[in-house]
Amino acid sequence: MCAVRYWRAAEPKTTYEVVIVGGGGHGLATAYSLAKRHGITDVCVVEKGWLAGGNMARNTTIIRSNYLWEESAAIYEHSLKLWEGLEEELGVDVEFSPRGVLNLAHDLGEVRSSMRRVHANRLNGVDAEWLTPEDVAAFCPLINISPSLRYPVLGATLQRRGGTARHDKVAWAYATRASELGVDIVEHAEVTGFLRGPGGRVEGVSTSRGEIRGAKVALAAAGHTSELAAMVGLRLPLQSHPLQALVSALYEPILDCVVMSNKVHVYVSQADKGELVMGAGIDAYNGYAQRGSFHVIEEQLAAAVELFAIFAHAKLLRTWGGIVDVCPDASPIVGWSGIDGLFLNCGWGTGGFKATPAAGWAYAETIATGEPSELVRPFSLERFTTGALIDEHGAAAVAH
Amino acid sequence: MLLIRCPWCGPRDEIEFRYGGQAHIAYPADPDALSDADWADFLFMRDNPRGPFRERWYHVHGCRRWFNAVRDTSTHRFVATYRIDEEPV
Amino acid sequence: MTARRLPDGGSWIDRSRPLTFRFDGEEYEGFEGDTLASALLANDVTGGFRSPILGRPRGIMTAGPEEPNAFVEVSQPWFDPIVAATMVELVDGLVAEPRAGVGRLPSTRVPSRRAEHRHISVETLVVGGGLSGRTAASAAASRGDRVVLVDERHRMNDAPDDVIGLPRTTALGIYDDGYVIALESTPELERLWHVRADHVVLATGATERPIAFAGNDRPGVMLSTAAAVYRRHFGVKVDEAPALITTNDVGLVARAMVMDGGPEEGPVINFQIDPISDELPTDGSLLVSGGFNPNLTLWRAIGGTVEYHRRFACFVPGKGPPWLKVAGMANGEHIPDCAPVWYVDGERTTAFVDLQRDQTVADIADALDAGLTSVEHVKRATYIGTAIDQGRTSGVLTAAIVNQMLGTGPDAQGPTSARPPAVPVPYTTIAGPDRGDLLDPIRRTRIHPWHEEHSAVFEDVGQWKRPRYFPRTGEDMDAAVARECLAVRSAAGVLDASTLGKIEVIGPDAAAFLDRMYTNRMSTLAVGSIRYGFMLGLDGMVADDGVAMRLADDRFFVTTTTGNAAMVLDRFEEWLQTEWPELHVYCTSVTEQWADVAIAGPKARDVLGALGTDLDLSPGAFPFMTFRDGAVAGIAARVARVSFTGELSYEILVDGRRALELWEALLRAGNAIGITPYGTEAMHALRAEKGFVIVGQDTDGTVTPDDLGMGWIVRKDDSDFIGRRSLRRADTSRSDRKQLVGLLSDHLLPEGAQLVEEDTGRTPMATIGHVTSSYRSPSLDRPIALAMVARGRQRHGQTILAPLPGSTIAADVVSPVFYDPEGARHDG
Repeated sequence: MCAVRYWRAAEPKTTYEVVIVGGGGHGLATAYSLAKRHGITDVCVVEKGWLAGGNMARNTTIIRSNYLWEESAAIYEHSLKLWEGLEEELGVDVEFSPRGVLNLAHDLGEVRSSMRRVHANRLNGVDAEWLTPEDVAAFCPLINISPSLRYPVLGATLQRRGGTARHDKVAWAYATRASELGVDIVEHAEVTGFLRGPGGRVEGVSTSRGEIRGAKVALAAAGHTSELAAMVGLRLPLQSHPLQALVSALYEPILDCVVMSNKVHVYVSQADKGELVMGAGIDAYNGYAQRGSFHVIEEQLAAAVELFAIFAHAKLLRTWGGIVDVCPDASPIVGWSGIDGLFLNCGWGTGGFKATPAAGWAYAETIATGEPSELVRPFSLERFTTGALIDEHGAAAVAH
Repeated sequence: MLLIRCPWCGPRDEIEFRYGGQAHIAYPADPDALSDADWADFLFMRDNPRGPFRERWYHVHGCRRWFNAVRDTSTHRFVATYRIDEEPV
Repeated sequence: MTARRLPDGGSWIDRSRPLTFRFDGEEYEGFEGDTLASALLANDVTGGFRSPILGRPRGIMTAGPEEPNAFVEVSQPWFDPIVAATMVELVDGLVAEPRAGVGRLPSTRVPSRRAEHRHISVETLVVGGGLSGRTAASAAASRGDRVVLVDERHRMNDAPDDVIGLPRTTALGIYDDGYVIALESTPELERLWHVRADHVVLATGATERPIAFAGNDRPGVMLSTAAAVYRRHFGVKVDEAPALITTNDVGLVARAMVMDGGPEEGPVINFQIDPISDELPTDGSLLVSGGFNPNLTLWRAIGGTVEYHRRFACFVPGKGPPWLKVAGMANGEHIPDCAPVWYVDGERTTAFVDLQRDQTVADIADALDAGLTSVEHVKRATYIGTAIDQGRTSGVLTAAIVNQMLGTGPDAQGPTSARPPAVPVPYTTIAGPDRGDLLDPIRRTRIHPWHEEHSAVFEDVGQWKRPRYFPRTGEDMDAAVARECLAVRSAAGVLDASTLGKIEVIGPDAAAFLDRMYTNRMSTLAVGSIRYGFMLGLDGMVADDGVAMRLADDRFFVTTTTGNAAMVLDRFEEWLQTEWPELHVYCTSVTEQWADVAIAGPKARDVLGALGTDLDLSPGAFPFMTFRDGAVAGIAARVARVSFTGELSYEILVDGRRALELWEALLRAGNAIGITPYGTEAMHALRAEKGFVIVGQDTDGTVTPDDLGMGWIVRKDDSDFIGRRSLRRADTSRSDRKQLVGLLSDHLLPEGAQLVEEDTGRTPMATIGHVTSSYRSPSLDRPIALAMVARGRQRHGQTILAPLPGSTIAADVVSPVFYDPEGARHDG
């Protein structure tokens, strides 16, 4: 145990080449990638609280890449490939567990959009299978495929390479390796403003631990992005909502895959320790209090016990809330902000965790070169003006 | 379960309502006169403050009237609700 | 160490009611009012439990929800996979066995308690039935409040007058605006209370915390107040002369109570006097008091802050929401002065901090050595505080040890947050009554009973049940659908179209309003006529379609798709109320009032005539896209000549209460010509033969009218409508957008299949579109499909490919109108 050595708590210098705002998964993966792939080690990650204490500590860790549109499939599939090599890359067991992700379909409309997604995934090089209800039962015998359910299971898509990982280990591994490469990680430094230069150029940040200058400032602050952007007069197509998740008490292993049902808002896997980890639906209103409303949990568990009779006696142990920033088309924004010196990575909604490796990879390239990485080029802020949205909820509404 | 004071019906549970996002975003008088960027601004760009926020709610399972509210997004606490035809508080 | 039940005493037990129970295969006796834990102690069962990871022997350590050791599975008379023995109310016939940290979910049916939900609204809710809670409840009641007082214990001292007392009820979580979820758990049922209160008082008391020292997890170690509770309320003496290690005077008082004030025997280590301890007793009964933590889980969950109190060595409430107060020990009142001793240095690897996670002082030290400095990180590295008790005994201790080891002040970091629910709750209890068909309301048409009697197979469309097809004996879906389609094309079919959304739009500005909502102009529609219309989102994408009938100058009847009925009405209201309050328009949903039966097919007019109607059905008098009010089969009806099949078709709208009568009359009248009920599947195939789109199937929120080849439906004048401005954005006006086409292929194309120009056999493969609808056309006796394909309208005549696993289907791009392209059939 004592052989483990985590990141070094740094005192901030006055000036860096790149200042990353937000010490969550994306910020840390970006810092690591800047240092490792682009040789830019003069990097500071400023985090207002404790490292990886935001959505990184609060998500349900589902990893998959079976998105409908090719732009989404490209970045999430790149991410999945990075997940598959992450233990080797970082030298840390992040407990990536490709146990298979099922997306259930409960009406003919969902069957159609699921089939479309399977066909699209296959041509995009994303593994995808369609399972009939009987196949679903064979793959995951716990699922109730009775036709008498209020919304019976009519089938499911399966991505066998999808799964889960241990969120803390991921963040800490990125932080530790970035730190070893020279990146400064500064916790408990809240950004209170931006330093502006000629023409309004962003040249650094004011923080609760003093001013930190950076030739480039990159936001990776998820639900708090709008607040930060407002400090430089930038409005974004983002709304921050509570998103709740929950775990049960510990139970002997019963569920060895990830099951998602968008229709009835059930997203569940069982952690190695034994708790059932579930994500709930998004609360409708804007909120920064990291809590949601209990009826959301009630509706979700009502649906869960219909789908999984064995869950009836499972006990809810803890619920909590995170803050997700959501774009109108349920796709992220990554790239230049339109203000010199300032870069954006936000709007991942419920997809942030699974995107962590690729978001860091592509955001770092975008920051390093000043040109959007091919992976994120479609996810520019400009798409809201041209109308070239990447509408992931219009066609194949699959959150998380 | 927020408690929302409908200006017509009084305080009711959140599940009777639908959220309507930021308030006082007026439909442009002449959309044709707007540039694509200005139109995108109307369509998509929204305030998203941590703190007091003017927003719209719809009492969909009640009087079916839209109204406005000021709510602190950092505490979820309502500061005020007011009718569509009332001046912002 | 010998625990025993004293011959008398025990304020919570009823010695006149003995109970028998089984634990770990042995039969024991207890009394009504016992918990399983008190009954076990009464029988001198002080151990028998194991720690979850290290398998170390453990005993009962507490008397409440903070218990970290004594977990059991209850199998009779109800099932509970894992619960603290201190929280199990003893009943006759109870069967339990120890469980070490991890429960087992049953795959077979097990006995359950009834689950129900209750809602109550009061002025004041008090959580905690101790002295301060009862005082607060009395005070609120005396000023006229309706008051609910909940207490987690199964015996609560009598609730004050005019107070609704709920014993056995644990407040699980506090939410915004005084909303509290509480669990009432009795041997018969589990009831989830939803309490809305103007004021909430937390009188949740304080929990004694242990001290970390080598071997502090062995059986026989018990919190001092727990031993006092067992003595006082259950008449159980855990030992004649237990040893004590304490940081405060309450520990001394508790020990004296256990010993009935008897002579001081056994070692007592009091850190207030002697900060350097003597040897700690390594066996026998040992009472521990490390100080008291106000129970502030609920307080913190709603955003309440805490402050460190040096004299009490604990965290007390700071600021919280205005409607929430804290009283009594939870508020830092009556907390004894306490020596700030958190752990006794020595062998750290057996000095347990979180017994339920088997985590020790050494584990914390390791995490700090590795460079972690935040309590939150220590929690995540060790999992301290994440077990069933959620850190009730370990939370403050861990933070204090971290602070001490880092050399920061005792207030530098506080404990991590416990999260709701305060105690674990079964999923079924939370689900409550929303089970089975009650998960979501089911909507059925007035004709539904007939459909059921005639073996309809239903599909879910929104909340509606719609007949998908009506198989006859021996028919599969394909055969049934083919028969239904051919009947419509050759004779007549009837469809229950009652689920369509229907809205009356009334008022002097109704026409002007609809002009703004639809892409085509509704204000020029003549009274008695019908127009098909598209509704776009502000983003210019097709959102819904339907028809508008003009009933009068100031009165329209519009239809929506089944799934979007509520959305469309809400949208109307939103625009009318928030943007155009100057428009005098009223919108009323009439979906449920009007039933709608479509009769379609070349014989439709004959059937209607045979049925008897006062309407002149001749094409000249009753042309396509008009409607007439009259009587059909003696029923007042509004008959509309619209067609979603391409055939001569009438939609007959009648009072819902007479729908079944109409339906049966139609079937009788059409019996001679072979009239056939058809379902949604045949309806979809028939409309696909005609190239009519289904919003939500052929569109996906990214499709404009022009993409569908329906640019004609978008008016070209200067007047505005919703979505108009978006249509000329760069991406929306691209010339290479995907467009609706028809596809002809030898094999049936799967819906959703992706389309390419060239099958490279490699991924990623560049796609040009996808199949949106696909059927084996009964009328044409061949596969047909609709697809969205980039530059599709320029590709008519080209062959494109659908690469599938194991095969590739070639398809010719054609017009989407496969059947009767001249449109000759809708007049019959």
